Amino acid sequence: MRDSRYDVVTIGGGPAGMAAAISAKKAGAKRVLIIERDRELGGILQQCIHNGFGLRRFEKELTGPGYAHRFIEMVKSAGIDVWLDSTVLSADPGCIVTSVNPEKGLRVVVSSSVVHAMGCRERTRGAIRIPGSRPAGVFTAGAAQRVVNMEGYLPGRNVVIIGSGDIGLIMARRMTLEGAKVKAVFEILPYSNGLNRNIVQCLEDFGIPLYLSHSVVAVHGADRVTGVTVAQVDESMNPIAGTEFDVDCDCVLLSVGLIPENELGRASGVQIDPVTGGAVVDQFRRTSLPGYFAAGNVLHVHDLVDWVSLEAETAGRSAALHALGKLPRVGGYRTVRAGDGVRTVLPQRLSPPAGERSVRFYLRASRPMGASVLRLHANDRVVWECQHRVVKPSEMIIADVLWKNIGSGQELAFTVSPAPDVGGGKIEPVAEMAE
Amino acid sequence: MLDQMRAAGLPKRADVVVVGGGIIGCAIARELSRYSLAVVVLERAPDVATGTSKANSGILHAGFDAEPGTWKARLNVRGSRLYQSISEELGIPRRRVGSLVVARDEGQLGAIEELRRHGVENGLTGLALWGPDQLLAHEPNISPDVAGALWAPTAAIVCPFLATIALAENAIRNGAGIITECEVIGIEVVDQATTAVETNLGRIETRFVVNAAGVHSGDVARMAGDESFTIKPRRGEYILFDRSVGDLVRSVVFPTPNKVSKGILVAPTVHGNVFIGPNATEIDDLDDQETTSPGFAEIISGARRVVPKLPLAAAITEFAGVRAAAGNDFVIGPSPVVRGLVHAAGIQSPGLTAAPAIAEAIAEILAEAGLKLKPNSSFVPVNPVQPNFAHLNPCEQAKLIAADPLYGRVICRCETITEGEIVAAIRAPCGARTMDGVKRRVRTAMGRCQGGFCGPRVTAILARELGIPVTAVRKDGAASWLFVSREDLETAEQAYA
Repeated sequence: MRDSRYDVVTIGGGPAGMAAAISAKKAGAKRVLIIERDRELGGILQQCIHNGFGLRRFEKELTGPGYAHRFIEMVKSAGIDVWLDSTVLSADPGCIVTSVNPEKGLRVVVSSSVVHAMGCRERTRGAIRIPGSRPAGVFTAGAAQRVVNMEGYLPGRNVVIIGSGDIGLIMARRMTLEGAKVKAVFEILPYSNGLNRNIVQCLEDFGIPLYLSHSVVAVHGADRVTGVTVAQVDESMNPIAGTEFDVDCDCVLLSVGLIPENELGRASGVQIDPVTGGAVVDQFRRTSLPGYFAAGNVLHVHDLVDWVSLEAETAGRSAALHALGKLPRVGGYRTVRAGDGVRTVLPQRLSPPAGERSVRFYLRASRPMGASVLRLHANDRVVWECQHRVVKPSEMIIADVLWKNIGSGQELAFTVSPAPDVGGGKIEPVAEMAE
Repeated sequence: MLDQMRAAGLPKRADVVVVGGGIIGCAIARELSRYSLAVVVLERAPDVATGTSKANSGILHAGFDAEPGTWKARLNVRGSRLYQSISEELGIPRRRVGSLVVARDEGQLGAIEELRRHGVENGLTGLALWGPDQLLAHEPNISPDVAGALWAPTAAIVCPFLATIALAENAIRNGAGIITECEVIGIEVVDQATTAVETNLGRIETRFVVNAAGVHSGDVARMAGDESFTIKPRRGEYILFDRSVGDLVRSVVFPTPNKVSKGILVAPTVHGNVFIGPNATEIDDLDDQETTSPGFAEIISGARRVVPKLPLAAAITEFAGVRAAAGNDFVIGPSPVVRGLVHAAGIQSPGLTAAPAIAEAIAEILAEAGLKLKPNSSFVPVNPVQPNFAHLNPCEQAKLIAADPLYGRVICRCETITEGEIVAAIRAPCGARTMDGVKRRVRTAMGRCQGGFCGPRVTAILARELGIPVTAVRKDGAASWLFVSREDLETAEQAYA
């Protein structure tokens, strides 16, 4: 066991960890360390060989590994320490981080600040209770993506995809290009949770049918999957008797949601937002545990990697300022609530401003809506609003609000409600999520 | 080719052939390995503990349920006591958490009083009737409208597959053989006595065959012309919850039982999870392990009657197991038709608890039938302890990594399982050959991500350790290959050409 001291440590070397480490260094932190469990930096980006990354951050369309490469180069030239093949076992109060590596053994780091950047994991079959047998051939779409794109094997020949999240859509295209037959994509909701562009480019271009309001009600096969039974569902998502039909397949891929991989945070007592599954943070991405910050998908699941990088830059800078004793002290929080039509809002609370002119909020709508108006209420008074031509739960809403609008409001809440007519509303161009 | 190599490992003759590598077959093999005997267990699947032994409640019942005088009653109480020493000798995870049978009204209070009387008659001590206050103080998440409960302090929980694997490993260490992917296809009978067992890998001469084939034990009996019992399979479904809600109950909580089953229970596992289940559905197909929507609804509503607030969002997996029911009692004893064939069949609940006592009983029956039991002077009752990285303190962890660097690479992050533990599980006697085999031994993919992260990595380790291509790595069953090679598929360009 060896002890070492750092100013800022990021747990995770994916897009969030790398961006946080780089910006911490820029903000004046001298000793910065990234601890990454995989054999290389980049996280999930390394298996996302499709393009669509970086339109915001680099104003260029990159592949996942291409996007990661730019950050890896920056990490190298910034003089940041990187521990690969190293898994963090615990991140305890006092910023004491214990990790293991085959060659270096158990290592304890004492840091001034720590940034949680562990990313997220996929929801599984068990979490959504798909009945039937438990044969080989049922994979989460992201796990299958790693196997196909990084290990060079295929999860099956005749594929059914459950859930129309972006990873599922992208894997439908990938499997087709690899020579597999993708039979169909089944989505339990009456709308897809994937980006429109992916539905067109990954399904329609290849003639793969998308069944909305359909659910897989049984998986069949003893050793290997032999097929699934599918049924239409009613408005409360219960299967409608008599609508069942069978689809033969030898592989089922699940794309049914992502969950922050936040066990280290939970274990150390960080206050958790029950809806996002991530930490409760202020605009500095400061958690309830002193010295701990969080950014990226471990905090809330993002749609675009670009937002992950931008958010992590905030967290990394804050972590450095905390290490240097320059971040304003904790206290005087105002709460930010997700009101009607809003499922999640980040940050969940605001510390008093430290010289910045505005606050960037990340929101998710609770249901799809057409022309809508996003409002910020302060003490039940509307202090800011912005119109959107369309709102979808799959796409994050970005709201930059000036402090002068927020004023002295203590109880803040965002709402989304239908707008009767919208002219020239704020329409965000959309790129793919790093999944 | 592989079959030929495997056939070479099949002995020409044995003193005893045990058919079935579940908890019963492995307990019998371990019991017989106390004696100087050539014992071989034949298992159809690639691993032991793949039938009923892998999908049950994992409970060591105290022993008040069974009708006094039955095999079930006698062997349950004896088995429950034997586990105290066996679990220490073999390092089987076991926790004495006690059990509660909850009564909701006057009628059920009468029923649990009768269970208590059964228990006393079966030789149990420590049973107590609790009032609602005492019950709710012990189990605050139980429905507040309860009338009382029967408390059985000797009930325990155990990991059923680790128990089976540990028994198998100890049997092997003491000279027994366990041959997997070996299916019995016939039993040779000459003059009403067994002479040999015919398998897919070849023939083994033997005078004694123990039928521990679980749901298939009726088929095995028929191979020898014995139709004295029939298995009527019953399927039980379960939902397992994450450890984050592991404190839902402290003890095993049963409703007041009915005639068919002990009812849908809420219980902790030795690994800190909680499960609900099972229901009891009669099925036609002996291997039907499919879960069903009505089944989920049944166990959820059943469990809610006892624990109203179920943490359904923390469910991590669902599974079903098949019980080998053959009437009300176990079928234990010599075949009434063929000499040398001994049944350890019809083993339903409390079969897991009774297993070590069933093994003792079978050894006695074999001795009565003429098998010479000469003690094995080199019998070692213990298995060496395998390191469990997550349970070590930091100094021990550092030492372990220094000795073997593979313990410094965490493969399963949900359960903190290192590559060192996975490799040890593959290289052990009765080592893992499949993904689920690794999972049952060291808990990879048992956590909340269910293998999403570690799956590809464990596949690669299995391929490396077994010296097989990744495309030959299987999930569990004999033909459960996980991945196909790119070369097997024509690419899109070829398809369009």
